[in-house]
Amino acid sequence: MNFRHSWIIATKDLKAIRHRKTILYTLVITPIAISLLFSYIVQYAVSSSPGTNVLSFAFLLDAFQFWFVIISAILPSPIASYSIVGEKVEKSLEPLLATPVTDGEILLGKSLAAFIPTIVATYAAAAIYMGSVDRSLYGALGYLYYPNWEMVVILLLLTPITCLLSIEMNVVVSARVTDVRAASQLGGVIFAPFMGIYVAGEIDVITLDTITLLVISAILTAIAIALFFVSTRTFQREEILTKWK
Amino acid sequence: MPIDLSRDERIFLISCATANVTGGLFVLIEAENLTRKFGNLTAVDGATFRVEEGEVFGFLGPNGAGKTTTVRMLCCLISKTSGEARIADYQVGNEDDSPKIRRIIGLVPDNVGLYEGMSAYENLDFYGKLYDRSESQRKESNEYFLKMLGLWEKRDAPAGTFSKGMKQKLAVARALIHDPQVLFLDEPTANLDPESAKTVRDFILELKKEKKTIFLNTHNLDEAQRICDRIAILNTKVIAIGTAEELERTVRGRQTVIQLARTSDAIVKALERLSLSNLSYDGTRATFDVADPEKENPPVVRTIVEAGGEIQTVTVQGSTLEEAYLKLVKSQG
Repeated sequence: MNFRHSWIIATKDLKAIRHRKTILYTLVITPIAISLLFSYIVQYAVSSSPGTNVLSFAFLLDAFQFWFVIISAILPSPIASYSIVGEKVEKSLEPLLATPVTDGEILLGKSLAAFIPTIVATYAAAAIYMGSVDRSLYGALGYLYYPNWEMVVILLLLTPITCLLSIEMNVVVSARVTDVRAASQLGGVIFAPFMGIYVAGEIDVITLDTITLLVISAILTAIAIALFFVSTRTFQREEILTKWK
Repeated sequence: MPIDLSRDERIFLISCATANVTGGLFVLIEAENLTRKFGNLTAVDGATFRVEEGEVFGFLGPNGAGKTTTVRMLCCLISKTSGEARIADYQVGNEDDSPKIRRIIGLVPDNVGLYEGMSAYENLDFYGKLYDRSESQRKESNEYFLKMLGLWEKRDAPAGTFSKGMKQKLAVARALIHDPQVLFLDEPTANLDPESAKTVRDFILELKKEKKTIFLNTHNLDEAQRICDRIAILNTKVIAIGTAEELERTVRGRQTVIQLARTSDAIVKALERLSLSNLSYDGTRATFDVADPEKENPPVVRTIVEAGGEIQTVTVQGSTLEEAYLKLVKSQG
């Protein structure tokens, strides 16, 4: 595996993404809007209930912080779809496949192009959210609520794993569709199970504490490994040239 | 009149043609019974051919003949079902050799597949990087090709703004950016207007002058005849291989047509004594088959003159590549 080749492909795709306004807006606006909205809700809840123990809002904070996992499931979809299906539509995959670069190097490059901006955007949004919440709660708590262990697990484990899962899902979907938008929509379906987890947390079926988040991380890692094999089998020269639609 | 070739005749033609090219020159591409099946469909059936270094080899066949599949197999993009093929010293189908083969070949697929949002320079530079060319090498070759193509002034313009011909030329340059030993061109002028097609053909002819080994897939007979040193006619199977001239002779040999001012018994008797092959008359026109017109025609002309004849014109006729192609494809189908 020549990582330099993957990086060359990733930088080429990252440069192309910079010129795609819809992708850029999705990457910037979605996470920032969500983090600002949640920050405002927390601020509003605290200021409208004077005298209430702010820790009684912990359920709200737990729910909101899980949204960064959902964001990391949504964001890679348009990038990965554009990066793979876009090349398929432009017919630029065949000359790329005719170079000495291996299938794995191409796939890694494409994955990095979706992974890096997603993680940067998610972390930036999380930083805005944590900073705002801390500012709102510090006076009442006397200490910083964030970062806490749940957020550490979310940002360092769950977010990257979810992002990888989303990318892998998009690779598999890319083989079956001929339209970037369709690939993006189908690949984006991956966010549904995470919404399920979020709702389960909201209706007290599960508690999104550190242990639960670690268990979810372990399960997702296992799924990501399985999906990795499916996506690498899908992203093979022969498959792309003879079986991809 | 269509002439059917027997299987032995076809094998003879192929073996003659392949034997000719090995005379001391390095065989760069060699395929032996190369076959690819997709389920029950046989796309390429036992293709056998050799391409020597510096040769422009044309793969001529109708749509669906297996030309693209053959190129894809040789470029290690798809696997072969059976048979053997080698590019330089590397075995096609060998996992270790595949990246080595892809390093020494350049491919221009039937769809140019440029990154339309990237500039001409960026397109070439991206591929230069993937072939591990140093920055100075890339700079030098990018400039060389863009100037050669007349695109240097437009180097920063997105490739998407170029005409079809320019895009196709840029795609050829992209395939040459790492100075490959073999260049595979898959229908490089298909879907181009005549002017763009000429631009691309002229570029290929420039490469031919530079002694590049080129494997050209085409269904354009004129293009094959003008560019290729040898041509293989493919219709799933390789039907025949040879120079355009050799293929033309597979339909019928050359004929000499002598237009006389008038004919006479003395001329007819004199010509009959020469035992010419397939001698026939159409009014004042005498026609006969010749293998070597420069050697065989002068005695005939002399005989006619000595018999008191007056010759108006002497013409040597051969069949066209188109006739040969149609006959060979039909005989196989």
